[in-house]
Amino acid sequence: MGLLDIRDCTKKFGGLVAVRNLNMSLAPGSLYGLIGPNGAGKTTVFNLITGVYTPDQGSIELDGKAIHKKKPSSIARLGMSRTFQNIRLFKSMTVLENVKLARHMKRKQSLFDAVTRTKLLKDEERQIEHDATELLKIFHLDSRAGELASNLPYGAQRRLEIARALATDPKVLLLDEPAAGMNPQESIELMGLIRTVRDRFQLTVLLVEHNMKVVMGICERIQVIDYGETIALGSPKEIQDDPRVIEAYLGGA
Amino acid sequence: MRKAIFWIVAILILAGLQMQLAGWIGAYYYKIVVLAGINIILAVSLNLINGVTGQFSIGHAGFYAIGAYTSASFVHFGESSIRGAVAFLPRFGQDTVLLLLGILVAATAAGIAGVAVGIPSLRLRGDYLAIVTLGFGEITRVLILNIDAIGGARGFSDIPPLSNFFFFWVFLFVLVTVTTIHNLVNSSYGRAFISIRDDEIAAEAMGVDTTRFKVLSFVISSMFAGIGGSLFGHYTAYLNPNTFTFVTSFYLIIMIVVGGLGSIGGSILGAVLVTVILEAFRSLSEFRLVGFSILLVLVMLYRPQGLMGSRGMFKFRRKAAVAK
Repeated sequence: MGLLDIRDCTKKFGGLVAVRNLNMSLAPGSLYGLIGPNGAGKTTVFNLITGVYTPDQGSIELDGKAIHKKKPSSIARLGMSRTFQNIRLFKSMTVLENVKLARHMKRKQSLFDAVTRTKLLKDEERQIEHDATELLKIFHLDSRAGELASNLPYGAQRRLEIARALATDPKVLLLDEPAAGMNPQESIELMGLIRTVRDRFQLTVLLVEHNMKVVMGICERIQVIDYGETIALGSPKEIQDDPRVIEAYLGGA
Repeated sequence: MRKAIFWIVAILILAGLQMQLAGWIGAYYYKIVVLAGINIILAVSLNLINGVTGQFSIGHAGFYAIGAYTSASFVHFGESSIRGAVAFLPRFGQDTVLLLLGILVAATAAGIAGVAVGIPSLRLRGDYLAIVTLGFGEITRVLILNIDAIGGARGFSDIPPLSNFFFFWVFLFVLVTVTTIHNLVNSSYGRAFISIRDDEIAAEAMGVDTTRFKVLSFVISSMFAGIGGSLFGHYTAYLNPNTFTFVTSFYLIIMIVVGGLGSIGGSILGAVLVTVILEAFRSLSEFRLVGFSILLVLVMLYRPQGLMGSRGMFKFRRKAAVAK
């Protein structure tokens, strides 16, 4: 049994079966890759795990707790955090505030504390500010803490999304195409960053990515899906040699 | 300690102004100042839903009406028994107790209405939410129109005024409203509200229970609208359902949009501006609506973020952080 278990999950949209009888098990501390051609259902899997969609069949467990009927915010509370394929930062907030928001669910302040600005609130706000700044330093974003998130360059926005996801103190981090739109140099830096973050925060990482260099370079285990079904599962080496994977990507000979 | 000093000084200044103000500026301008104060309470509270949380509500007049009528009828029907209960106080003390109880009851009633409207309707977004809130405002008004005990279409005319110091009371509650909402916006709660405005899906993924926080913002906002209504009712000593049509909600929206959605300072500025313009062009009656439409179009064209811009509330905080 892994930290995150998906058992026989199926999700249909009308007549289209986006995900069919999917099984997945993430061992604690692993770096797990999920790949597949366009339209294979990768993002649907992400949305099932994070509670945006409810599976039609099957179950999803995080650390032994069933999460497939919960709201995204409750799942986040249980220790799941994510980034988005199309960046979803809070645009009117500064870089620092984006990270501070992610500490929201750890708050101890009550509404009363917030309205009357009690000592508890001031201490907590100071702590949040401190934690957020520390996190930004890891991602080399601390020099731009006061800027609006929407003014950051693209690569920095991607890093900020990861920083924000980490601020929720997750057990499992889901990265949805973190290298999308990055140049080769940025991709290599990102790979290093993901590894560092995993080791430093003792995370389990699930990565969806199109950039094969990144996936093959850092993932320890890779699952390939096509038309919502698993077609291969194994180490990067095994995946590269698998005839079904080659067929799915390049078409049958 | 600093907070206590702030409030004591504020109360003393307000009380001092109360003594002098009517003498300085005359009864007519005094009335406009008080009405501007009530509009500030309404605009700043509406700004919490529309500006900070980003939910488009155009039914604020409904909560305003509920506050006004609840407080008025509470004091009207309960006056003798409450005076009996606090008979040991002098007349002035009894009046104050009645007024504060009325405000409390008004805030509670409007807050409950906020929950009742918020829970079912905040699943809706954008235009759909706007239509539901518009409907709520009109339903409230039509209900009041048909309850004879509170005057119906004739209006509610036997409201005990309870105080001659409305400048003091109104601006005390302006301060309460502004500090409450300002503090709220600059806390974890405020960040949650803003995150809903910016990106609901991301907010939910970061652990913000968006439904709960939308309802919370709605309830807090409607409570302050209720307080504004209560003060208005006792100040004018007469309530008419026609005060609470959607046109009132519309004026409130103009205030916060012109001032800058999301900015507390902007809402205050917008409220004062609209109150003054409404008075200055009273002789034009309905044509004022045309003028406001032009004003809105001009603001959209030349300053779409509003006079103060939506970042006003964050600037506040930076200054505070430096001062520390």
